[in-house]
Amino acid sequence: MSTSVLYDAPGPVTRRRTLISSSVAGVIVLVVIALVVIRLANQGQFSGALWGPLVSPFDPSFLAVWRLLGQALVATLVAAALTLVFSLVIGTLFAVSRITANRYYRWLVVGVIEFLRGVPVVIAIFFAARVLPEVGLDLPILWYLVIGLTAYNSVIIAEIIRAGVASLPRGQAEAGYSLGLTRGQVLSSILLPQAFRVMLPALISQLVVIVKDTSLGFIISYEEFVRTANIIIQTLHNPIQTYAIVALIFIVINYGLGRLAEYVERRLSQAKRTAAAPADPATVDTGAAGGG
Amino acid sequence: MGVIVEHFPLYAQGFLQTLRICLFSAVGALVLGTILAGFRVSPVPPLRAVGSAWVTVFRNTPLAVVLFAVAFGLPELGVNGSYFYFGVIGLTCYTAAFVCEAVRSGINSVSAGQAEAARAIGLTFSQSLSLIVLPQALRTVVPPLGSVIIAMIKNSAIVGAFGVGGDLFAQGIQLTSAQGYAAAGVLTGVLLGYLLLTIPGGILLGVLERKVAVAR
Repeated sequence: MSTSVLYDAPGPVTRRRTLISSSVAGVIVLVVIALVVIRLANQGQFSGALWGPLVSPFDPSFLAVWRLLGQALVATLVAAALTLVFSLVIGTLFAVSRITANRYYRWLVVGVIEFLRGVPVVIAIFFAARVLPEVGLDLPILWYLVIGLTAYNSVIIAEIIRAGVASLPRGQAEAGYSLGLTRGQVLSSILLPQAFRVMLPALISQLVVIVKDTSLGFIISYEEFVRTANIIIQTLHNPIQTYAIVALIFIVINYGLGRLAEYVERRLSQAKRTAAAPADPATVDTGAAGGG
Repeated sequence: MGVIVEHFPLYAQGFLQTLRICLFSAVGALVLGTILAGFRVSPVPPLRAVGSAWVTVFRNTPLAVVLFAVAFGLPELGVNGSYFYFGVIGLTCYTAAFVCEAVRSGINSVSAGQAEAARAIGLTFSQSLSLIVLPQALRTVVPPLGSVIIAMIKNSAIVGAFGVGGDLFAQGIQLTSAQGYAAAGVLTGVLLGYLLLTIPGGILLGVLERKVAVAR
């Protein structure tokens, strides 16, 4: 039944023991959930007055609430899409300049990348929103958010692309040079297209981080989900319910993106197995593990 | 830039508060995350379900949403406390999901022969996990775990912004918004504080990585 190497295929005794411990653990889990639910019910958290505006189309506030949430969804997706586009472009530039930089100024590129990686995203956003107006750059709030997010995500994407280039077999670049291509041509027409392909799953996973980080827009009053939720709560006084719905929306979007990344990864490794297998794709640690 | 010198005690306080948030959350997340990883590889289906539900929920929800949900939800469950504890609890729950995945991938990286050998000499699941697999997994797990903790340090700024107060970022907001100092100078000081934690952290991690690296 189980393919885990940590334990044998269970015999009759183990099966019984597993069944017993499963039941015990299952009961404990159910009891904890029940206690939480009962407690919340006693506090009146399941009342129609609190949930109605979010789930019942007959509630007078339903349309207004979901119009707000819809606007928040659009705001989130717009910010995420802009960030993705800018981060891809700037990240590619970073990656290319880190790969091709001669040693006299490579330290500068590496320094900028390491610096931007060390800055908390939320401070990058706040910094953009407060400092740019001080130097006379007045933009709509959306752009401060996009600038702050791009500052961080472009260097992460740069590292992903660099790892992708590094994972390609040497023969790819050598074949290009032997055809008489220049360094720039090898990079742009041979290495980068393959690197993007190899790293597509990692890039999709980074999109999850970007979508999550758009929620930090609430710091600068950008009307994404968190800010919108706070506005809804001010009139309806149902924080738990509103945040449950917002969390659910994020989970659906990001779980979908995560599954897409897994699917693409499987497709790529299948394609690789049928073609003559090149080197292993590097397992990359972009430092983005903790998300936003 | 003068503001950094002028208000140095504020920055120092903020730095200590950030450190305090990070310390509590790091310990909590490492313990909780390792337990969850144990759940996820265990032969008991309900525990596996708890582990994967935790990871799915907390990895896909933004930290800001987690923090607000904790701050509004826990009092309803009868858990009252300061915003500091809510912040630490939120950050711990969130980071534990990433710790769990790092530890789990470490467990999977230990070659099957090790676990098979442990089983062959008759060790039980918990014995082979704690005596054979986890000690070896720990070595592979150090680099990703370090990245998770460094990301957590950066995420602690969100905890500050959300209302715990007193940490580096919150002091920065206070100085710019309430006292009207120019943001560029104030925030440069705040940034320096975080870089003081994240960059040496990254270097330390690199050293550790070389120390525990093992050819496999």
